[in-house]
Amino acid sequence: MTARYSRRAALQLGGLSAAALTAAACGVQGAAKQQSTAQAESAADKFWKAQKPTGTVTFANWALYIDPDHQTLKDFTAKTGIKVTYDEVIQDDSSFFAKIHPQLASGQSTGYDMMVITDGLEFSELVALGEVIPLDQSMLTNFHQNAGPAYQHRSFDPGNVYSVPWASGSTGIAWNPKYIKTPPTSINDLWNPAYAGHVGMMSDPQEIANFGLFKIGVDPENSTQKEWQAAAAALKQQRGAGIVRQYYDQSYINALSKGDVWITMAWSGDIFQQNLSAGTDLQFIVPKEGGTIWTDNMMIPKYAANPVAAMQLIDWYYQPRMAATLTEAINYITPVPAVQDIIKSDAASAKGSDKATLEAVATSPLVWLSAADYARLKNYVPITSKNQSTFYGIFQPVVAG
Amino acid sequence: MTVDIDSERARDSAPAVVAARGRGRRRPRRRWGDRLLFAWTWLIIIWLALPIAVMIMFSFNNPHGRFNFTWVGFTLKWYGPHLLDYPSLTTAMENSLLVAFAATVGSVVLGTLVGLALGKYRFRGLGTANLVQFAAISAPDIVLASSLLAFFVTLRVPLGLPTIIVAHIMFCLSFVAVTVRARVLTLDRSLEEAARDLGAGPWATFRLVTLPLIFPGVLAGALLAFAISIDDFVVTSFVSGSTQTFPLWIWSATRNGLPPQVDVLGTLIFVVGLIIAATSALLGRRGTR
Amino acid sequence: MKRWRAAAVPYLLILPGGLWLVIFFAIPVIVLISLSTQQGNIVDGFSQTFHFANYASAWDNYHDQFIRSLLYGGIATILCILLGYPVAYWIAFRGGARKSTYLFLLLLPFFVSFVLRTVSWQYFLSDNGILLSPLKSAGILPENFRILATGTAVVGGLTYNYLPFMVLPIYVALERIDPRLVEAAQDLYATRAAAFRRVVLPLSLPGLFAGVLLTFVPVAADYVNAAILGGTGNTMIGNIIQDEFLTVQDYPTGAALSFMLMAILLIGMFSYARVLGTDEVLEVAAR
Repeated sequence: MTARYSRRAALQLGGLSAAALTAAACGVQGAAKQQSTAQAESAADKFWKAQKPTGTVTFANWALYIDPDHQTLKDFTAKTGIKVTYDEVIQDDSSFFAKIHPQLASGQSTGYDMMVITDGLEFSELVALGEVIPLDQSMLTNFHQNAGPAYQHRSFDPGNVYSVPWASGSTGIAWNPKYIKTPPTSINDLWNPAYAGHVGMMSDPQEIANFGLFKIGVDPENSTQKEWQAAAAALKQQRGAGIVRQYYDQSYINALSKGDVWITMAWSGDIFQQNLSAGTDLQFIVPKEGGTIWTDNMMIPKYAANPVAAMQLIDWYYQPRMAATLTEAINYITPVPAVQDIIKSDAASAKGSDKATLEAVATSPLVWLSAADYARLKNYVPITSKNQSTFYGIFQPVVAG
Repeated sequence: MTVDIDSERARDSAPAVVAARGRGRRRPRRRWGDRLLFAWTWLIIIWLALPIAVMIMFSFNNPHGRFNFTWVGFTLKWYGPHLLDYPSLTTAMENSLLVAFAATVGSVVLGTLVGLALGKYRFRGLGTANLVQFAAISAPDIVLASSLLAFFVTLRVPLGLPTIIVAHIMFCLSFVAVTVRARVLTLDRSLEEAARDLGAGPWATFRLVTLPLIFPGVLAGALLAFAISIDDFVVTSFVSGSTQTFPLWIWSATRNGLPPQVDVLGTLIFVVGLIIAATSALLGRRGTR
Repeated sequence: MKRWRAAAVPYLLILPGGLWLVIFFAIPVIVLISLSTQQGNIVDGFSQTFHFANYASAWDNYHDQFIRSLLYGGIATILCILLGYPVAYWIAFRGGARKSTYLFLLLLPFFVSFVLRTVSWQYFLSDNGILLSPLKSAGILPENFRILATGTAVVGGLTYNYLPFMVLPIYVALERIDPRLVEAAQDLYATRAAAFRRVVLPLSLPGLFAGVLLTFVPVAADYVNAAILGGTGNTMIGNIIQDEFLTVQDYPTGAALSFMLMAILLIGMFSYARVLGTDEVLEVAAR
């Protein structure tokens, strides 16, 4: 697979992108920022000017994260003539990063033109290492037109330089009304000794760090090391008191549905999916102290052979009809608000069990967050290579003890 | 081979009395002991297959969404055209089978040779060879995975089915070698010497005497290798590039739900296996011991 | 000339497999172990500083998990022997023409993905599931009793997943034993127990050793069972190593922990071989 752009352009991009992001992260306003962002922009412009359209594109994604019959991709091929190779090779961000980073670092292509990465450590590392290509803003017409304001201004990627959202989800508290009679409203409900042995927490340090910080009333996006230590202490106390049953990677939903766990940290999409699948009545709230919003983002890895086709495919999913088909299939939070009405009208014209499913998707508060929810949702703690080992040194022992 | 027995007791009893008493007492006790062992063996087989029963049950479940943890209702629909709803899943299954067969063949060939060497001969380097075998078994998966990936990347080897097969042969090899070695250690040298005395060359001796004698070890090693290969996740995920295998697809899917098609495929694999087992049992009646 | 050729045979036999392991295992792993004394991070890179303190801090932080892994591994291995030896015995001596079929049946569940089997166990062992619910209703077990999310579940999962690795090697050694030896022992007035203890067991030692090797060693490095079936405080060293490489991305600590684990297991296995006297078993075969 030969690179379709000049090495020089790639090196220029690599060198400048890190600088641009650091400048932005330092919040250096004014001339200096504008100058380096302008430099980065012009390097990106040069890169994109040198690209030519191609006839194929390879898309790496998580499993079950697209409409099952790939109709959205088939429509893309029909419209543009570009053939799509779709690979469900991402199991989680950390192992995918561990796989592509050695290849990219040694100058080899991953074979992918497009990938979906969650905001967090791996996202910021890819940007800092210059292993992703800045998007061609001029090709994001659908995005600029149709994406909701919250998704056009994400704090972890200002200006949407490297990514645009694929889907979002929220982490909150889920519980089973069969076992819990007073509906929880607060983070403290996860620390309630009455539920000892039946509380689930997540095992990802980024997830539990946020909840620990919410417990002590701190905004994760602006937290300090001392606050991390206080949060970890709260989490350790929760564990030491025997309140936590287990730290789950994703199988809390299995335990919750069986009643092994009564209340747990959970992703909104899982609760929706379980209620839909089995008619259960699991509940989900964003605690009043706060919850986490995470976004899976489309990015273009370095040495992609077909970046122009990738840009076309990226912007393709910002057409409301395509976004609607996607949301109807995966049931996660879409960045395109217009989708809700489309799903409602699809539901109206559907029949039988499809109708019930679509109506559920169209109206569920787990898929359409309220303004109050949005106000309380925060991103993960911003981790960079500078604070990475401190952060994990503080939070990993909570889970690993 | 000598058998260590309590010679005092033998001296104290007249042989005829012993024989009569021994034989008379032996038959009923053998049946009772044997029955117990037979029942125990089947108990273990069933215990090992218990989760499969649950999986088969859930392949008939009818969830309205993607999650398949709670029983909703009975349906046969996943056994029909719906089975192919996820084309990447079926491709992943095919890849897994291909890799497992190739890796089994490769690791059995290489591992048998190593097992023979380790079990039969005394040579300088035996200790080191044993050390490397044991080390390969003891290395954590993630270590094998990261080091192999770095190795392939440095050598600019493209990742895909070949690299997966190479990796699988690597970690299955030691399992086969250790199993074959265990068998080889029980071999009676005199048989091979006899063959040699009767004029058989080394290759004929190996083919006609040694190989049949160690065959159970080779077969056991092959079964272990196949089972390890078809279920491997960590190493495969690192060196697979864009190729999907069954375990990889499942691990990736668990975040968004394991649809019933997965249970159906698992059930089909199990049923095919049962058919193979039944066939071989019926054929085996013909009767080598 | 013939002597030279005879002496070369073991080396020739070892060559293909050995070369494969050296190229695809030994070299990559040695390179990785060299990481264990480096410092740095992913973004800024790692550099070799011979920072042996990595080992000290790894032990300080995680000796609990090391010891726990060895403990779980030991218990699971013993359980595998107790559960698996009778199975290997029966198949070897009474399996008749169907021996291979029985072995195949033992392994058949393992051809179905591990994730599916574990999800099924979660269903089966659930607090109010098909196994525990009737026992709790009958009052045999207390209401808040659980199997999942405990060390017992982890050991059970380990035993379950590695049982065939114990049964098969024992079987291959037992199958070689001529049943007439057992009969001869009994003709000479040995009880069945004595016949077993003095005839069968010693002859099966190579298989037992191989079984322990193929069980204890991978079990101690396992991480999946603890992750899915374990609760708080059941973490094994395999989980830590996995975390260090993937989540925390502290490759030097991960490499140091791996090297320590491998060294502990290897020393253990070699001591065990000494104690068991596998040298003697070599003698038996050579005669």
